[in-house]
Amino acid sequence: MGKIKPRAYYRETLNGGFIATKINYMLGWGRKYSLFHYPFITACCGMEYMSAACAHWDFDRFGVGMTTFSPRQADMLFVVGTISQKEAPVLKTVYEQMCEPNWVIACGACAVSGGIYDNYAVVQGIDKIIPVDVFIPGCPPRPETILNAIEKLQDKIQHQKQDWKWKIKK
Amino acid sequence: MNRIQKEARKESLLINMGPSHPAMHGTIRIMLELDGEVVKNSEVEVGYLHRGFEKTCEHKTYFNLLPYTDRLNYVSPLINNLAYVMTMEKMLEIEAPERAQYIRVIMSEFSRISDHLTALAAMTMECGAFTVFLYYIQAREEIWNFIEQTTGARMTTSYIRIGGVRADLHPDFKGLMDKAIKVTRRVLKDVKGLLNKNKIWIDRTRDVAVANPEMAVNYGFTGPCLRASGVSYDVRKAHPYLVYDQLEFEVPLGDKGDNFDRYMVRMKEMEQSLKIIEQAVEKMPASSSRAGLMAKGIEPDEAIKASRTKKAEERVNLSPNLQGSEKDVRPDILVKGKKYTVPPKEDTYTNIEGLINHFKFFMSGHGIRPPKGDVYFSVEGGNGELGFYIVSDGTDKPYRLHLRAPCFHIVSALEEMIKGHYIADIIPTFGSTNMIGGELDR
Ligand code: SF4
Repeated sequence: MGKIKPRAYYRETLNGGFIATKINYMLGWGRKYSLFHYPFITACCGMEYMSAACAHWDFDRFGVGMTTFSPRQADMLFVVGTISQKEAPVLKTVYEQMCEPNWVIACGACAVSGGIYDNYAVVQGIDKIIPVDVFIPGCPPRPETILNAIEKLQDKIQHQKQDWKWKIKK
Repeated sequence: MNRIQKEARKESLLINMGPSHPAMHGTIRIMLELDGEVVKNSEVEVGYLHRGFEKTCEHKTYFNLLPYTDRLNYVSPLINNLAYVMTMEKMLEIEAPERAQYIRVIMSEFSRISDHLTALAAMTMECGAFTVFLYYIQAREEIWNFIEQTTGARMTTSYIRIGGVRADLHPDFKGLMDKAIKVTRRVLKDVKGLLNKNKIWIDRTRDVAVANPEMAVNYGFTGPCLRASGVSYDVRKAHPYLVYDQLEFEVPLGDKGDNFDRYMVRMKEMEQSLKIIEQAVEKMPASSSRAGLMAKGIEPDEAIKASRTKKAEERVNLSPNLQGSEKDVRPDILVKGKKYTVPPKEDTYTNIEGLINHFKFFMSGHGIRPPKGDVYFSVEGGNGELGFYIVSDGTDKPYRLHLRAPCFHIVSALEEMIKGHYIADIIPTFGSTNMIGGELDR
């Protein structure tokens, strides 16, 4: 064994060693259960979003109960409903104001692909303007589908590489 | 540059509210000219949910554009279906069977309740009464359960069809319906207790954004907002359609036309709607094939197999509401005539005439072809008079279709209503107009 290079060792462990993976896990666990979300509701799917948020289905059980109407405090953007060409710049602005790390859910056929509105007025899927993590199909999706999407997103957050302050970027 | 930017005085503050604002429902932008906290002037900008409904409809056949009407006023989709379908029926000069008419009344009254519940839920939540919001939505959930049982969908149902309804009521509809009515009554009672004498609620809504009768009529208000101003106009009473003239109900009126009245009128209207539903269920003629509906038949795939070798005679087990209505319940719920309705699914699957009829109905250039001319018909929607104006050129697609959206006229008065009030008053005012983006921007 040659001489230990502390710097290199540090770099290695943090990005894949025991401590780093545990921190990764802990952060993921913390993040997935405290998703503050920004509901960007424009159209019909918002009614099902309302149902999912209220007492009957209650997605607060999954730790996404906190709605914040400032994108700067939100972790997750919930795009619910049709995004028209006029609305698109607004959506982009909201997304760009969100702090890292952030996630986006596209809820409903319109947000996913333009849905039944294949015409001049509607953006054919919000992934044309912002990155999306989870797509929810349905016109409108049932509240169960929304809950399922939230679980999927939590799974993704748990297993993704977390970004934290002291991590040394390669 | 906007109008308001040109007009505003130098010393006042211009603030942009919406479209991404929790109280603006994501689809409205208001530019405010403020003096301190007082709104001096404002400019409302609509169009953030313009989805090209009217233009799209010109490229769809009369039958195919029905799903688009669901998504206009998405809180009460069944009334939108009804308005469109009744316009078409007026054009084609047909009338739905009596049982279908009663079913339509029940469905549209339930939709009206869910519309009012949602409107008030949003309005109260934005004022901070979160408990009330949860209560209202609980009642709406029960109503949607009932609607789902019969129509197969919670919101976007497309259940009311040209010439009748898609399917008969579910055999066990009474159970869920009674539950929905019971829960709604309880919620209304609870909310009354929470809000009617609540100091905060009254302070925020009494004498705020008064629309006096002249102003309301001039702007073209209809529905609860007009009645809150004390003008008694309800399409159900003024131009009775369906079987509303055989049902007893009152038209609740407000006296001042402020936000509180708009809230009270909606609360009272829901009670009337519950009354209408109960009467309609009593009076509804029984289905002539109630026993037959429950009778067992063969499974659809067996029927298809059998039909390859011989003419199918047996009943086919199609789910009465989701896959296709049974042939023998159709006389109760749909008009006769191949021209207006899709042939029964049993026929389509098992015999050649049914299949040909099915294709003829859906082939472009065939299907429903009303005579040349134009027609306007309106029903009482959740927000007011919901009317369709259709111009037909004799083909299977509308030449022009226009929707008279009730909340468009109400929102156009918003600028005048909020003038001189505080910023905080905009929120209950806007909530009480019950702006629905899909219907407003189309
Ligand atoms: S997906 Fe369907 S329900 Fe949702 S916003 Fe679009 S049209 Fe409305």
